[in-house]
Amino acid sequence: MEGAILKMEHITKTFPGVVALDDCQLELHTGEVHGLIGENGAGKSTLMKVLCGIYKKDSGRILLEGREIEFANTRESLANGICMIHQELNLMPHLTVAQNIYINRENEGKHSFLINDKSINEKTEKYIADLHMNILPTTKVAGLTVAKQQMVEIAKAISYHSRILIMDEPTAALTNDEIDDLFRVVERLKKQNIAIVYISHRMDELKRICDKITIMRDGKYIDTSPMQEITVNEIISKMVGRKIETEGHKKQKNLRDDYILEVRNLTSEGKFKDVSFQLKRGEILGFSGLMGAGRTEVARAIFGADRYDRGEIYVNGKKASIHKTTDAVKYGIGYLSEDRKAFGILKSLSVEDNIVISSYQKFSRRITGMVRKKECSQAAEEYVEQLQIKTPGLRQKIQFLSGGNQQKAIIAKWLLKNSDILIFDEPTRGIDIGAKNEIYDLLEKLAGEGKSIIMISSELPEILKLSDRIAVMCEGRLTGIVDGQSTTQEEIMKLSTAREEGGNKR
Amino acid sequence: MNTNKKTTIAPGVLQKAIILGSLILIIIIFSLLSPNFLTLSNIGGILLATTVNGILSIGITYVMIGGGCDISVGTNMTLCGVMMAVFAITFHLPAVLSVLLGILVGTVVGIVNGFMIAKCKVPPFIQTLGMMMICKGLALVISGAKPIYMDDIENYQIIATGSVIQKITGINIPNGIFIMIGITIVASFLLNKTILGRYTFAIGSNEEAARLSGVNVVKWKLIGYALCGTMSGFAAWFMTARLNSAQPSTGAGYEMDAIAACIIGGASMSGGEGSVSGTIIGAFVMSVLINGLRIMSVPSEWQTVVTGAVVIFAVYLDTLRKKGK
Repeated sequence: MEGAILKMEHITKTFPGVVALDDCQLELHTGEVHGLIGENGAGKSTLMKVLCGIYKKDSGRILLEGREIEFANTRESLANGICMIHQELNLMPHLTVAQNIYINRENEGKHSFLINDKSINEKTEKYIADLHMNILPTTKVAGLTVAKQQMVEIAKAISYHSRILIMDEPTAALTNDEIDDLFRVVERLKKQNIAIVYISHRMDELKRICDKITIMRDGKYIDTSPMQEITVNEIISKMVGRKIETEGHKKQKNLRDDYILEVRNLTSEGKFKDVSFQLKRGEILGFSGLMGAGRTEVARAIFGADRYDRGEIYVNGKKASIHKTTDAVKYGIGYLSEDRKAFGILKSLSVEDNIVISSYQKFSRRITGMVRKKECSQAAEEYVEQLQIKTPGLRQKIQFLSGGNQQKAIIAKWLLKNSDILIFDEPTRGIDIGAKNEIYDLLEKLAGEGKSIIMISSELPEILKLSDRIAVMCEGRLTGIVDGQSTTQEEIMKLSTAREEGGNKR
Repeated sequence: MNTNKKTTIAPGVLQKAIILGSLILIIIIFSLLSPNFLTLSNIGGILLATTVNGILSIGITYVMIGGGCDISVGTNMTLCGVMMAVFAITFHLPAVLSVLLGILVGTVVGIVNGFMIAKCKVPPFIQTLGMMMICKGLALVISGAKPIYMDDIENYQIIATGSVIQKITGINIPNGIFIMIGITIVASFLLNKTILGRYTFAIGSNEEAARLSGVNVVKWKLIGYALCGTMSGFAAWFMTARLNSAQPSTGAGYEMDAIAACIIGGASMSGGEGSVSGTIIGAFVMSVLINGLRIMSVPSEWQTVVTGAVVIFAVYLDTLRKKGK
């Protein structure tokens, strides 16, 4: 067997407070497609970014054809034939296909200030033909579909004579036909002896295209195996094979069939399709799935933050017409964004202002709009005590509070607004463990008081610990609703990766 | 491989056609409303009135395509003019040298802007706002807050208001307009046919992607702002010639007219879009509009109101066009 083109050994990388990669390894051979799989945050992308020189490793070695290398930036890795195609494509939409491919190489070899678009168009034509793309080199990239833009990135990579091509979730935004096209291209690249690292969550695709697979979990290397010698179930259990710790499942709660929220066939073209579920009073309904499954999109649609195309929402058995967020608030729905910093807190305002912000109508005089300061402070004070928000005072700017306390202040905001349905999107993201447990207790307490909660979370243990029932989404579809007590991580992971066979997705 | 290549008009061309169409429409309307509009002397006046704004807005076009903005061009122009007068009158340097040094001053101001924005990451608006005030102040300090007259220099005005063409053909087209046309052609060439233009578009379109592609973002941004400063210098040359003096208290406000011309001409505040030809048409739309309203005896206060409305309307039209795609 020939030697490896690339060896990564004992790679460790830490970010402040997090060990992102812990003694990871990877071995690549020419002409192979090497799958890289793991849960969100397993370290797949980080490992590849270390390879490309986007991140600097703390320790370990990278050997390219036996020679130790360390790239300072992507320019160097490109020059050495390593190219990464990121999930968010890196193209300049206002430039043409050829201009994008030959950016910074307009006059290869020659030092000239003038540009000869004709020659780069001709050169591009060749790559376009090789990839069987049906586009003109002079088309502006902004006018291309995501699939075609991806092909442009691939053409760019080939034009750099890349020997190692890294694709990060390349099919995330493609239709099935487009995926077939992509795979044909991948096969052809394989024949040209290019080594391909293929990062994906999709089992069926990995099975179909990969020769080997490396599994990562929590920043650690778990296993590498030839694809034929491992089953999907084995992959899944290696992916999640940790935890299922003492935490365990939640206790049985006897909930009456009293539905406060019902969603029927909610559809938003290109985002999610035919999502139907019911939420009981006092229930915590977990929403599980991989990144990009469409959970946040569903939540935002229910909350009126985004439009949906079809479907109905019922609140308390009555059909609700929710078109903007103010409608949702009127129906007693509150939403806590996954991106607390961007959409949750008003960071330069005080704790009090953040709590009262949605309820000013209650605390102001009708005609003059003057705010009754005292009542505001009283209300805020009440919730600070009730939720045990740790703050030096009501006037403290919320940005100086810890993540957990910021989250509590946002919860207080919706409680003050008398919301009965609370949608939590990744409520414990960026919060330390102690505060996480406080948030868990708070959620249980709220449910006990009759609030109904939808909790979107990418952390399976968290979902299992809190949810009465768990809805699982995959690529815009609800693939199942399981009982929170009897289900297993494996079952949920299976539903999370249960791609629709045949037909166009979404 | 099938080859059903669609024949569509490039969006940029379509947009320019719309602006040009609007310009022609405005001209037709004014000529119907007033017999004094489409006369040779009035056309000469319009051309003359467009020159300063046209040159300034070409500079801003570069910066806007690159995703930035520059509001210091107006007072930069004033400073350049004062410096030209100081070199020529106070230091008795030859007129040609004085003008060249004045243009150099504008370029240096642009380089400082570019350095602070590209290298030190000061937001463009803040940097050029500060520079606008600095230039304004310096112009007043250096000139002693008094106009400096160019009377000592023979024929200084000829550049702006004289007409070589008149001697040959008898039609009075001011010389200044040829300077503007020359600058337009050169600027257009730079933008479309050289790597300077390509990288300017690339940076404005997606700066991170350009950086990852190995483009020296700092360098090309800096050059863009430097060019914009150079244009202020050219505008100052023309301005001093037209007034036969350097007026240290004018100049503020010109930057807004120039930005308006760019926007009417299809440049995008968020970068990546725009063209020199579009901008020049935009500058003409503004001066034709103001000239036409003046001929119809609309008070100048109202002319400003109309111009403001046109800018907003132009951008609204563009939003509609993009939505329709």
